[in-house]
Parts: sequence; structure tokens; C-alpha cells
Amino acid sequence: MLAYFIFALTIGGIYALLALSLNLIWGGVGLVNLGLVGFFAIGAYVSAILTGAGMPILVGWGAAIIIGAIAGFVVTLATTRLRDDYLAIVTLGLAEVIRLVALNERWLTNGSDGISGIQAPLKSVLGNQGFNLFYMGLVSLVVLVVWALLRRIDMSPYGRAMKAIREDQELAAFAGKNVLSFKVQAFALSAAIAGLAGALYAHFQSYISPDHFQPLITIYIFLAVASGGVGRPAGGVLGAYLVVFFLELTRFVPNLLPDFAPAQFAAIREIMIGTALLLVLHFKPQGLLPERIIPAPKP
Amino acid sequence: MTILLQALLNGIMNGTLIAVPAIGFTAIFAVLRFPNFAIAAYATIGAFAAWWVNVHLGAGVLPALIVAFAVAGFAGVAAEETALKGLRGSGALTVAIGSIALNVVLENIIRLYFGNDLRGYDLPIVPDWRFLGLRVGPQQLQSLMIAVAIMAAMFAFLRFTKFGKAMRAVADNADLARLKGIDPAKVALLTVFLGAGLAGTGGVLIGLDASIDPMLGYRVLLTVFAAAVLGGLGSIQGAVAGALLIGIAEECALLVIPPTYRSAVGFIAILLVLTLRPRGIFGERAA
Repeated sequence: MLAYFIFALTIGGIYALLALSLNLIWGGVGLVNLGLVGFFAIGAYVSAILTGAGMPILVGWGAAIIIGAIAGFVVTLATTRLRDDYLAIVTLGLAEVIRLVALNERWLTNGSDGISGIQAPLKSVLGNQGFNLFYMGLVSLVVLVVWALLRRIDMSPYGRAMKAIREDQELAAFAGKNVLSFKVQAFALSAAIAGLAGALYAHFQSYISPDHFQPLITIYIFLAVASGGVGRPAGGVLGAYLVVFFLELTRFVPNLLPDFAPAQFAAIREIMIGTALLLVLHFKPQGLLPERIIPAPKP
Repeated sequence: MTILLQALLNGIMNGTLIAVPAIGFTAIFAVLRFPNFAIAAYATIGAFAAWWVNVHLGAGVLPALIVAFAVAGFAGVAAEETALKGLRGSGALTVAIGSIALNVVLENIIRLYFGNDLRGYDLPIVPDWRFLGLRVGPQQLQSLMIAVAIMAAMFAFLRFTKFGKAMRAVADNADLARLKGIDPAKVALLTVFLGAGLAGTGGVLIGLDASIDPMLGYRVLLTVFAAAVLGGLGSIQGAVAGALLIGIAEECALLVIPPTYRSAVGFIAILLVLTLRPRGIFGERAA
């Protein structure tokens, strides 16, 4: 039971990083990334491939962050002159292309068989139980650091400029803010965080395959950010843990309804996730931890 | 040469089929101003409705298509009214995200009842026709003609009927249309019905070629988006032109790249065209 709890907390932390990544652009500059899972996959594969080739784990993680940022930079730059709904469509396409590459370039990714035996840091020293506990601590620490960083950005003039762009980009441009550069920077940083989350995930699972990066994960993260509170880093983190808690809870539903087939359970679970997201958007759009808007100073 | 001609022919046929849901998607965008991801689920719903009447009631292709149009249309209206209408006040981005959630819900309702198995329509198998070294299936040709007929009907509807003109008016300038006494709520409802219905018939036409399963709509979603974006979001003629272009580009690209990368072609095409001409081929205002 304890081992299970530790596992859920680790996955919760990785989802929390993805939620922080999405919140940075959705709550920040008002863009959405429908291909979040693609950047997650990039990070996982980059680190798995590099450490598989003998690089130290920290190099793998660093590379996951850098390649994630570059991918984010390329996508936004290619769609800079476009409206934001075009960007959403392009990110969806990018995730599909990444999935196709992971599936078909066997020389690089081992195709649908996936990459196994990914190094687990210090596992030989700590043993199974110790490693899980250590890794949960490590992931939680990374969440804390990224959260603190994003909160710092959120409170800074830079963060305020981002939110100004979200609210009215023409006005922000008129006030002398370089809208394009803010959007590209925010998107690249967001993609870098998603890449880091992917790397942490790969070395925790020690096995990754294209099946691990289903588009549904993106929906989970949207639910996490929407329910936690768009525009507030702590909201996304809370939402991510809640979503993982909910997902883990639904694992026990099959015991209650033995007449259904496994595929039907998966369907019911996804119906619940989709409905939850719709309900949140309708009835609690500000989320559990609403965005804090600092009142303008009195003259 | 023959290979190229065959690719061109296949591309035109696939493109024509994709044009039907692409028109539905772009029409909804033109009037409601958000990209509706649930179009994938509407296509799947139409395909399954047609499959049901085809296999259980022995309906032919034409009656099955009409059933698909009606079922998908009504499903679209019901879903729009319950799940999306309330979000319009929160901005296009929120409605778009809501439509993704809606798509997940609808797709999984289909999966819950029908399972993940592949299903085929109950139609006689006929050998391909050959001429000048080219190959074409009678079923494909029939689907092509149906798709062309649907598009012609849609153009006539937009051009000559009162509702069609009202739709164009709202798409062009919603405020001005309201001043002229056009009820935007009514037009929105009709547009969703038409858009979802077209997606549903498109789902059947695509399914007739091979088989159907709950992922049918999601698999073609990217291609439908690519077609609409290429042609310029909100432009009906653009969606048709974009769909033909994507269809031909996919088939020609398959001559040089492995077929597994088929769905990547749409993505590359979007990137290329948008970099060169951000508004798409027939793009309306870019703001």
C-alpha cells in the first residue's frame, strides 16, 4: 500500500510539472499547447537515448530540457504570424508527427517495442524500495523548484507583461511590449519543462514506448490546470495531484462492476475525465485556487 | 508517368471525401469562431449510425448516408446546446478546449457500446475498373460522386436559400447581421446541425473505403484541419481546395516517403503554407 502511494505521488509530481508547463503558456500568454504530450515524449526519448549511449543521467536530463526548448521555439516561430487557434492546431499535428517518428524510426527509438532498461539513478545502491522513495523525493523537489521559479516569474514585471498579452495583445504591443518575443520565450520555457518531465518519467519507469504518450495525457493536464486554477502555478500543481488521485481511484472501479470488459472501463474512465473538464469549464472556470490579481496602486 | 497519374487520381478521390467534413468544420468556424474538435466524434457517430442501419436494417448507401447526416446533425446540436453553448461567453479558446473534452466523451460513448473492433459495411465487393493503366474502384467512384453532389447541394443552399444567406451574413459580420434582424442563435443552431451532419456523412464516405472504428474521426481530424487551414479557416471554397490539395499532396508524398508517415503530410503542408501565406489560399481577414 505504501509502495503504491509512493508510486502515485511520483506520477503526480510528473503530471504537476506538465501542469506547470501548460499553465505557463495558457495562464501566461494565453496560448494552448495541444501537443503537450509530444514535448513530454521528446524529453523522455532524448534522455533515454543519450543515457542508453553511455551519457551520464544529468546530461540526459539537461539535453531533454534543451531539445524540448528548441522544439517549442521552432513550433512557435513557424506559426508566429498566425492567430492562436492556428497554433493550437499545429501543436496537435506536431504531437502526431512525434508519435509517428517514435513508432517508425526503429534505429533511433526501437519502434513500438520501445526502449527498455533505461538507467534508474542510484537504484543499485538504494534497492527497489529505497529508489522509489528517493525518486519520489527527487521529483517532488523538482516540482518545488520549478513551482518557485514560475511563481517568481508570475509575480515579476515579466509575468505581468505576459498576462497583459493574454488579456489584450494589441494593447500590450501598443504599450511597447514585444508580444512575439514574449510568446516565443514562454512557449520555449514551457516546452523545456515538459521535456524535463518526460526525462524524469523515462528514468522512473525505466521503459518507454509510443504507447506511453497517448494524446489523453494532454487532456489530463488540461483538466489539472483548469480545475486547479488557470494563471496560478500552485493551482496547476494541486490539480495534477487531484487528477492522479482520481485516475488511481478509478482503478478500483472494475472490482465493483465485474460485468464490464476492460475496454469499457477505459471508456467509462475517459468519459468521466471529459465530463469533469466540461463541468469545471462551466461551473468553476477560475478553478480551486483562483488567479490572484494584484490591485493597481491607488494614485 | 502512370504511377504519378494514379497518385493524382487517388489524391483527388481522397481529397473529395475529406472536403465534406472539412466544409462542416470550416462552416462552424465561420459562424461560431472557434475550431470545433468534436467534429471528429461527429464523423464517427455518422459512420456508426450508417453502419447500424446498413447491417441491421439492410439500408443501401444513400439511405444510410441520410441517416448518418441526421443522426450526426442532431447529436451535434444536442452536444452543442448542453456542453458548449454555455462556454461561448468565456472566449474562443475555452470553447475549443471544451470541444476537445466533448470529443473525448462522445468518442468513448461510441467505444462503450460498440467496442474497439473494426467493422465493415455490408456491401457487395466489385472488382476495380481499369483504363489507360489506371485503377479505380466503383465504390470509390460512387463515393466521389456523392461527395460532389453533397458539396453542390451545400453551395446551392448557401447561395439561394434564406437560411444559407443568413449564415453567410453572420459569418461575414455578426453585428451587422443582427441589425438586419437575423437571429444569431438560430443561425448558430442550423450551422452546427449542418456542420455536424456533413462531418457524419464524411465519416461514412471515409469508412466505406475500408472499415470503421471509434478512432475513425480522430484519425482524419488532422487532415480535416489541414484542409480547412490550407484553404483559410472559415472559407467554404477554401476547404474544398485545401482538401483536394492535401489529398493530392498525401498521395504524391507517398511515392517518396514511407506510408506510415501519411498523416505527417498534412502537418508539413500546414507549416509550409502558413509560413508563406498565413491566411491560407482563400483566407478571409487574418485578424
